[in-house]
Amino acid sequence: MEAFRPLRGGGASARFAPQEATLLRSLVGQVSALLSGGEMDAAAEPGGSAASGPPAPEAPDPRELDALAGFGGTEAPAGAPEDPALARLLPDAYTDDPEAAGEFRKYTEQGLRSAKQDSARTVLATLPADGGRVKLSGDQAEAWLRALNDVRLTLGVRLDVTEEFEEQWAKLDPGDPRSAVFEIYAWLGSVQESLVEALM
Amino acid sequence: MSVSPAEVEAPRSEEHVEPGKPWLTIVWNDPVNLMSYVTYVFQKVFGYPKPKAEKLMLDVHHKGKAVVASGVREAMERNVEILHGYGLWATVSPDT
Repeated sequence: MEAFRPLRGGGASARFAPQEATLLRSLVGQVSALLSGGEMDAAAEPGGSAASGPPAPEAPDPRELDALAGFGGTEAPAGAPEDPALARLLPDAYTDDPEAAGEFRKYTEQGLRSAKQDSARTVLATLPADGGRVKLSGDQAEAWLRALNDVRLTLGVRLDVTEEFEEQWAKLDPGDPRSAVFEIYAWLGSVQESLVEALM
Repeated sequence: MSVSPAEVEAPRSEEHVEPGKPWLTIVWNDPVNLMSYVTYVFQKVFGYPKPKAEKLMLDVHHKGKAVVASGVREAMERNVEILHGYGLWATVSPDT
C-alpha cells in the first residue's frame, strides 16, 4: 500500500492493494458484527488454516482471520458483555462504582455501538473491494481512525498484546496461527499511524 | 516538554463527595492505542494545544493514567462517552 498522505483542504489519501482491501474490509466487517451482537465470523472454521505460514507484509492472508474470533474456542457468545474484546470496545465508565457504571452503560452503550458501526460503514463505503486509491474527507478520515482503532483493540485483546508486542510476536513459532495475526496487527498500526500523521 | 506531571489520585468511592465538588475524566494506559493517536484525540476532543496533549499522553503512558479534564459530573460523563467512541479507556471519578 501507499501510506496515507494529507490532502489539500483536509482529509487524506492512500492506496491499497486488492488483498489489503479484502483484509481490511473483512476485519472491519467482523468488528461491526461483534458490535451488533451477531456472530463474529460464522463462516470461518477455527483452526482450519493453522499450518500455513505468515503472509507477506503487503499481502496478509484473510484465511487467518478466523483467529479474530478467539483462540481455543472458549469465548463467550459475540455480543455478550463477558467477551473481553467487546468489553474493551464498550468499557465501564466507573472503575469502583458498578451501579454508576451500569447506569452510564444503560444510557450510552447503544449509541456507542451505533457510532462504531457508523465508522465501520464509512470504511466499507470508501474502500473499494478490489483496492486502489482511497480519498477521504476530514470526517471520513476520522471514521477510519476510529474503525482502525476498534479493529486493533479487538485484535489486541484476542492476542493479549502488551507494550512489547513485537517481542511477543518474535517468540512465536512461525507456524503458530497467531503469528499471522500479529503481522496483521502490526500492519494495521502502521496504517493508522500514517493516517494520524496525515491529519495532524 | 514540560515540568513535573500533575499528581493523579487513585479513583475513590463517591460516598463522601460533596455537591459541587469537581469530577475528573481519567484516561488509563493500554498497550494498543498509538501514542500519536492518543495525542490526536486529546487535541481533537479537548482542543488542547499539541504540547499539552502530548504531555497528557506521556502521563498516561508512563504513570498508567492521567486526569485529562475536570468539571461537573455530567460534562465528565460526556467526555468519557466521546473518548470511548475513539477507543480510549476512560473513566469518570469524583475529585477528592
